[in-house]
Amino acid sequence: MKKSILMLLAVVMVAAAIAAGCTGSSGGEATPTPTTTPAETRTLLIATTTSLYDTGLLDALKAPFEQEYNAKVDIISAGTGTALGYGENGDVDVMMVHDRVREDAFLADGHGIDRRVIAYNFFVIVGPESDPAGIKNMTPEEAFATIREKGLADPADVKFVSRGDNSGTHAKEKVIWKTAGFNYTTDITNSGEWYIEAGTGMGATLLIADEKSAYTLSDIGTYLAYKDKITLVPLVSEGDILLNVYSVMRINPEKHPGVNSSLAKDWINYLISPLTQKTIEEFGVDTYGEPLFFPAAGNWETMGVNRSEVEDPVV
Amino acid sequence: MGYIIDGLREAFHLIVSLDPDVMEITALSLVVSLTATCVATAIALPVGTAVKFTDFPGKKVLINLIQTLYSLPTVIVGLLVFLLITRHGSLGFTGLLFTPQAMILAQTILILPIMTGLTISALSGVDETIRDTIVSLGATRLQFLTSIVREARFAIFAAVAVGFGRAISEVGAAILVGGNIAHRTRVLTTAISLNTSQWEIGTSIALGILLLAIALVVNTGVSLFQQR
Repeated sequence: MKKSILMLLAVVMVAAAIAAGCTGSSGGEATPTPTTTPAETRTLLIATTTSLYDTGLLDALKAPFEQEYNAKVDIISAGTGTALGYGENGDVDVMMVHDRVREDAFLADGHGIDRRVIAYNFFVIVGPESDPAGIKNMTPEEAFATIREKGLADPADVKFVSRGDNSGTHAKEKVIWKTAGFNYTTDITNSGEWYIEAGTGMGATLLIADEKSAYTLSDIGTYLAYKDKITLVPLVSEGDILLNVYSVMRINPEKHPGVNSSLAKDWINYLISPLTQKTIEEFGVDTYGEPLFFPAAGNWETMGVNRSEVEDPVV
Repeated sequence: MGYIIDGLREAFHLIVSLDPDVMEITALSLVVSLTATCVATAIALPVGTAVKFTDFPGKKVLINLIQTLYSLPTVIVGLLVFLLITRHGSLGFTGLLFTPQAMILAQTILILPIMTGLTISALSGVDETIRDTIVSLGATRLQFLTSIVREARFAIFAAVAVGFGRAISEVGAAILVGGNIAHRTRVLTTAISLNTSQWEIGTSIALGILLLAIALVVNTGVSLFQQR
């Protein structure tokens, strides 16, 4: 018995040595840069709404920042709901989201600080060119009510694909249903085959809506970035309710001591700087013929936010 | 059909030109899954041997449990590891979330049961007469075990290959604990998922071909080893 214990111990030790060898060598392969760079490269971890990522805007913004601040920016693309969840746990340094109501709650709970508005654009209701529900040029609320009515009557012809993932776009969709006079839980979800909950990002949702010749709500930026890949066309794009405001906040370091707060500050200040705002304004114009995002600078009235939220640097 | 042809053409180009992004993603996949397989082997081999050759109450139940966990869903492993290493989790202080190390941890846990179970099966497969012969030749306990493991090496090697195959092909855990961060935690499977949702079919096909190629190399390696 004693022998077998000794034996087991020996095997475990050998195993541990092999394991250490394994991780040691491959760990070195995996991250060659941090060990070879003498000056410490800091890493900023951002959780972002999918639209800022799927359009390519964030990749365009991060490169100059990385150079200027000798930093590495890591981006996790998730819906606003997921991003806020990561933030609440202190698992990221910065969040870029677009849902004022939940942002306000997040700030009030003390999880986030220093919210700045960085850009805006508009949501559009897109659908098949044949427009089977006939919603073209209606108000958003009328259009939603019509899609529901026609969808309930003929789900083979009229469908709506929802993000269904607690994202900012999903939140906006719920607001439109509510404003149009419906109870989201009882009147919309599970009300019939016409309503499809995708449970995925904006780009993927557009692809699903395209496959199913269905209507969906999209931010104009992601729609334009996907325009060549799908046949859906914008049908409703007018209405105050379609305003889409993007913000950045950092995680409260007092609540979550591990977060990289100073670099998070730099990132926010970088985003509201005139040069970056110009980059946002010009982003995608060459490729898509129109801007995907409008800069926040100078447009606080359009967005209905305080001027300080657009201009004041974080200190 | 056109988009498939276009996708294949683009995939071919990406692979032949050794596109840096594609190569980086492939390399990270290999590093993560090979490391996980190494660690899991280092645990599964001794544990499997110990379970096989020691008698203790509840042994049957344990083996049954191990076999049940062969089909452990990848997202459940992802969820468990996520809850463990999120900053307020019990291992949150390690700062492992959204790192390759977290993915290694998750994949190790994922493949441990199947590798342990297959190790037990491999050892059980050694002929009784060989066992008796080893004992009758007066082998010590250590000599006995090493001989048996040597006899079972082909089957054990196959167990390692199965574990590696499961690790490199999983997407659920990798996306939950890795976060699919470009140049950091993006591996073949999570990249295919993202690129398909962005309708970057060529890239997806290229990554898929590389994933299959890795499986092919590993399986060919196992066959060659077994035929020797």
